Parts: sequence; structure tokens; C-alpha cells
Amino acid sequence: MADPIHQFEIKKLFTIGNIGGHEIAFTNSALFMVISVGLISALVIGSTSGRGLVPGRLQSVAELSYEFVANTIRSTAGTEGMKFFPLVFSLFMFILVANVIGLVPYTFTVTSHIIVTVSLALLVFVTVLVYGFWKNGLKFLKLFVPSGIPIYILPLIVFIEVLSFLSRPVSHSIRLFANMLAGHITLKVFASFVTMLAGFGIAGWIGAALPLALVVALTALELLVAFLQAYVFTILTCIYLNDAIHPGH
Amino acid sequence: MSDGTRDKHDPESPPADEAALSARLARLGRRLDQVGPSRSPEPGPVRSSADASASASGWARGFRLSSELVAGVLVGAGLGWLIDRWLGTLPWGLMLFLLLGFAAGVLNVMRSAGLMSGGVPDSTAERRKD
Repeated sequence: MADPIHQFEIKKLFTIGNIGGHEIAFTNSALFMVISVGLISALVIGSTSGRGLVPGRLQSVAELSYEFVANTIRSTAGTEGMKFFPLVFSLFMFILVANVIGLVPYTFTVTSHIIVTVSLALLVFVTVLVYGFWKNGLKFLKLFVPSGIPIYILPLIVFIEVLSFLSRPVSHSIRLFANMLAGHITLKVFASFVTMLAGFGIAGWIGAALPLALVVALTALELLVAFLQAYVFTILTCIYLNDAIHPGH
Repeated sequence: MSDGTRDKHDPESPPADEAALSARLARLGRRLDQVGPSRSPEPGPVRSSADASASASGWARGFRLSSELVAGVLVGAGLGWLIDRWLGTLPWGLMLFLLLGFAAGVLNVMRSAGLMSGGVPDSTAERRKD
């Protein structure tokens, strides 16, 4: 049976240099990140350079993605949230494109590595902290003090609120990473059933039709999950940014 | 610039063109408003939240809620373990923070479930609304 974890292996393609004795290598993960960014840039820059009043196909895709993210921000964080549009749009497009590229056989899924999703989640977390304190000053701490709580349990509640706030980047990153990892392992396992059963002769060929059908269905499901997880990551980013813009429930 | 030469040719034409253009833009804007609801300038900071739950499948919702709980417990346990390592009080900080982390996880779940399902029965909803 093929090793289902093998697809997540990071391979060194070439070495860029050394920093403090550590080798900085260009890996297959970095390659696929560059491919994702290149695809997004090509789509957004290339398709809007025509600036047709009546958009063509590619321009419609770029405009639709803009509208989608802009509406998500407006409905979640209000119009003030639009100043974070570049961040949110970049996050959404990067995760979506990286997820979808990962579905193509023989490619590498960048978002199936927790180090990538944690960096993205920490980026949002630090943005919320820095912007929240910069804009609201110490009033940002009202986020941790809910109103209408009796004074004698307030310290406990504040403590729990702080823990809940600290757990945000964890759940934010684990969700995307685990979905991608689990989906790709499932696909690989069922796909290897097909080859195993096909090795048993005619009866095996007939039996192999079942997992093959399942793999087709799972691929469709994974496409949905790829979009949905990008969307969930985006909407949670907006909800967290909303806390920085309007603290104090 | 072509505008300069046109001004010399026919001084009346450019203003007329601009007036016609702005009139046409206003007309088109009115027609757009008729066709679809115009975007309200300030839809309010808190989303209506029905859109998110409608588009998210049950699997995604379940996974989201469970990961909220797990994250709370993990962060609580991790913080407790770190504090124990600093102070050398090994089981106690871990135990206390595990419980607090569990509470924070439940709070997370209630909050995201309330955010996702629209109508929220408990008091956390009242806090989130303002």
C-alpha cells in the first residue's frame, strides 16, 4: 500500500544560503507558494489590465472574487473593516488557490502543513492586537471585561476570556490544517484501495469500481472543503478584526 | 492633450458632452438602483449571520465548533504546563489551567454557535450585539 503521508514530505529543491548555521533552502512547499502567488497575481493583474466596461471571462472572475471578499468584510466588520481589504483578500486568495492547487495529483498542498496555517493565523492575531491597541488604546482591554457580570466572579471571567482570546490562533490554524491533511489522507487511502483490489484479477477489477467511485465523490467533496475552509478562515479573520475595530461587546 | 484643440474648435461642445455624460451616469445609477438594491453605506458592524450558516455545510460547522473546544483546552493545558515549568509546581497549574481552558473552550463554542445560528438564547448574545 502506498504511504499516505508521503505526499506531505518536504523536499529541498536548492539552497539559497545560510543564516547563522541554518540552511535556508527553497523547498517544494516554497515552490507551490510561489506558484499560488504567481497564479493570483496573473489573474488579478492580467485580467484587470484590459479594464473593459463589460468584463470578459477572466475579468469577471477577478471582479467576482473582489466583490465576494468585499461583501464578506462589509457584512462582518462593517465599512471600517474595508481598510483591511488588502490583507483579507490576500489571505482568502492565497488559501483558496493553495487548497485548489493541492487537489491536482502530484502537487503539494501548502496549507496541509501546520507551520503555514499557524503563520497565517498569527499574522491575523498580531494584526488584531497591534491595531486594537493602536486605535483604541487601553480601551481595547474592554474586550476581556464583559458587561453585566457580578464583581465577585469578574476576575474568573476575565481570565477565561483571556484564555479564549489566546486560543483563537490555535483553532484558526488547526481547522484549516486538519481539514486539508485529513482530506488528502482519505483520498490517498481510498485511491490505494483501487490499485490493491485491481491486483486480484477480474473479481478485483469489479470490486475496485467501488473505491474508485468513492474517490471521485471525495474529490468533489474536497473541492467544496477547499473553498469552504478558505471562506471560514476569511470570515473568522473578519470577526477577529471586528473585535479590534469595535472592542467592548 | 486633445481637449485643448477641441476647445479652440468648438467651445460649446465639451461642456455639453460633460453634461450629457453626467446626466447619463445619473440615469444609469438610477436604473441600477431599480434593478437591484443599492449597497447601503453602513450595514452595521455586526453581520446578520444567517448568510454564513446557510452556506456552511453541517460538516464544516461541526468541525468548526469542535476545533474551538479543542483549542481552548489545548491552550489552557499549554499555559498551565509552561507556568508549572517556571514555578516548579508541576501538577497543579496544569490541572487548574486545564479546567479554565475547558471553560474557555465552552465559551468559544457557545460564542461561535451563537454567531452562526442567528437567534441566540443565552446572555452571551446580548453582549455580542452592542
